[in-house]
Amino acid sequence: MAVTTALPSNAVRGPKRGAPDRQRGNAVVYVVAVVVIALMLAPVAYIVLGGFRTNSQITTDPAGFPGPWEVGNYLDVLGGGLFWRLVGNSLIVGLATTAGVVALGLAASFVIARYEFRGRGAMYALFTAGLMFPVTVAITPLYIVVRNLGLANSLGGVILPQIAFGLPTTIIILVPFLRAIPAEIQEAAEIDGAGRLGFFFRMVVPLAIPGVVTVGILAFIGSWNSYLLPLFILNNPATFTLPLGVQQFSSQYSVDTARVLAFTSLSMLPALVFFSIFQRRIVGGLTGAVKG
Amino acid sequence: MTVHEQLAQGQRSSAPRSTTGGGASAPSPVRRRQRANAWRGRLEIALLTLPALVVFLTFVVFPVLSAAYYGFFRWTGYGVPTQFVGLQNYVTILQDPTFIDALTHNGVIVVLSLVLQGPIAILLALLLNRKLRFQGAIRVLIFIPYVISEVVVGTGWTLILQTSGALNSLLPKIGLGFLQTDWLADPSIAIWSLMAIITWKYIGFAVILFLAGLQGIPEELTEAASIDGASFWQIQRRITLPLLGPTIRIWAFLSVIGALQLFDLVYIIWGQYVASTAGTSTMATYLVVNGRNAGSYGYGNAVAVVLFLVSLIVALVYQRAVLRRDTEGALTGKGR
Repeated sequence: MAVTTALPSNAVRGPKRGAPDRQRGNAVVYVVAVVVIALMLAPVAYIVLGGFRTNSQITTDPAGFPGPWEVGNYLDVLGGGLFWRLVGNSLIVGLATTAGVVALGLAASFVIARYEFRGRGAMYALFTAGLMFPVTVAITPLYIVVRNLGLANSLGGVILPQIAFGLPTTIIILVPFLRAIPAEIQEAAEIDGAGRLGFFFRMVVPLAIPGVVTVGILAFIGSWNSYLLPLFILNNPATFTLPLGVQQFSSQYSVDTARVLAFTSLSMLPALVFFSIFQRRIVGGLTGAVKG
Repeated sequence: MTVHEQLAQGQRSSAPRSTTGGGASAPSPVRRRQRANAWRGRLEIALLTLPALVVFLTFVVFPVLSAAYYGFFRWTGYGVPTQFVGLQNYVTILQDPTFIDALTHNGVIVVLSLVLQGPIAILLALLLNRKLRFQGAIRVLIFIPYVISEVVVGTGWTLILQTSGALNSLLPKIGLGFLQTDWLADPSIAIWSLMAIITWKYIGFAVILFLAGLQGIPEELTEAASIDGASFWQIQRRITLPLLGPTIRIWAFLSVIGALQLFDLVYIIWGQYVASTAGTSTMATYLVVNGRNAGSYGYGNAVAVVLFLVSLIVALVYQRAVLRRDTEGALTGKGR
């Protein structure tokens, strides 16, 4: 009774006192947000704008704005074959890695999530223990394994290890996702005459699409940005991926700062476009990864 | 019962690999069916998990195990290692002042990452965790540096921070000319430049994680507290932070492991040689420089094992000391 009488009076008082507070709070928040975003974007803007300047502009005033704007650097990079070859290699590696991680990860997660068998726990533990072994730790022997398989200097030599190292995260995200598919759906599919494999392909794959998209995006961005593994595996410039190419370009043309900046900003463009298309999924996927 | 019969027959008819031939006339159809199902189940399990297992064992488990093996040899990376040197590589590593420096830098980076990124990210997440206009856009923009590759970040920041770079030219213009310095080469400054870059690159990740964690906290709790007259910051300290504890602890764990294995940024910005003189070398850059680049693969593997053991010990200690205390907020406990 005391509670019910107390509530209305507070409810009346609440908004009156709260409203100006909240508005003032929001103003502070907007100011902070603008400052933070400016700090986050300034280096990116420096790279992009620097590409529109000439080397003499950059030498006389390293922190200035373009004046006049010079599009030659960007046109040179876009007109040359090097940039497109790097993008092509990165695309092949990224797409193949994503496809592999999704296919292998989904199949293994399905078994771990929905089959009862001895060794299931051990299998889950094995894959999740992979989180403790990032590429850095295994890089030297990994290079030797890849070389012994005859995959050194080939894109396959980057793709296969990336799939392997992508599996732990994938399985950790997908297993709870697949467990959450209600048993009734599986029973219904069985009554309709589908075996467990049929259930997998007809029901699980479509139902798992949101989780799969998250996992796929994480795998793609990881692959697109990966540096250490290609650095070890790829020594032939014809097979270089974008990160290796950017580094080679920037040391080769270190005098031509403007062109390096143009090259660098063009190389971050695909990841940014990809990110802005899928940003909701990425953020959502991280949330799931933390909870799972 | 009839449903079960139907179900089993349905399964059998859809399974070409089924070995049962029997129908109702077989002596014990149920048992046979079960055995057939068990076989089919095993086949499915094998079919679905083998590709993942093979790839995982070949490219993760085997290399990790062979690192431990190769670490006992002096080996240039060609042929079968024959020159067994026992623990010699490990003795050399632990006596090499360059490695001890790298290890120390890793330690500094671990601590500074937690101390710099944690509070800033929590503060930002608390500020942004309300209904705001442009909230989606703000989140995306804060997250952008995290999506950009380390190579691009390294190349860009090198041009900004080098002696004749953008920052040193900008400072006098805004009246801070006295701050001009050798951001990358000065050993007393370089580690702070590195920390600034790391914070810039990875804080978006922390903010997004914390925002996700905050959204899991029921609004009723904070509403009830504000009805009882608690101020905004009281609510955050007494209610939100403790409930955010699990997220903070997971983030801290990821951050620590990431800091111990830091490689890309340092290697790209400071190159292969100056990292140790600039005071920014890490265990991973030491591994690459003294293992692969020097052609000493046995030694490199030994370094990898040390790097792994350090990470493992830290992870285990962290799990025992921090992740276990799941009921009380570790961070708020420390803060009080």
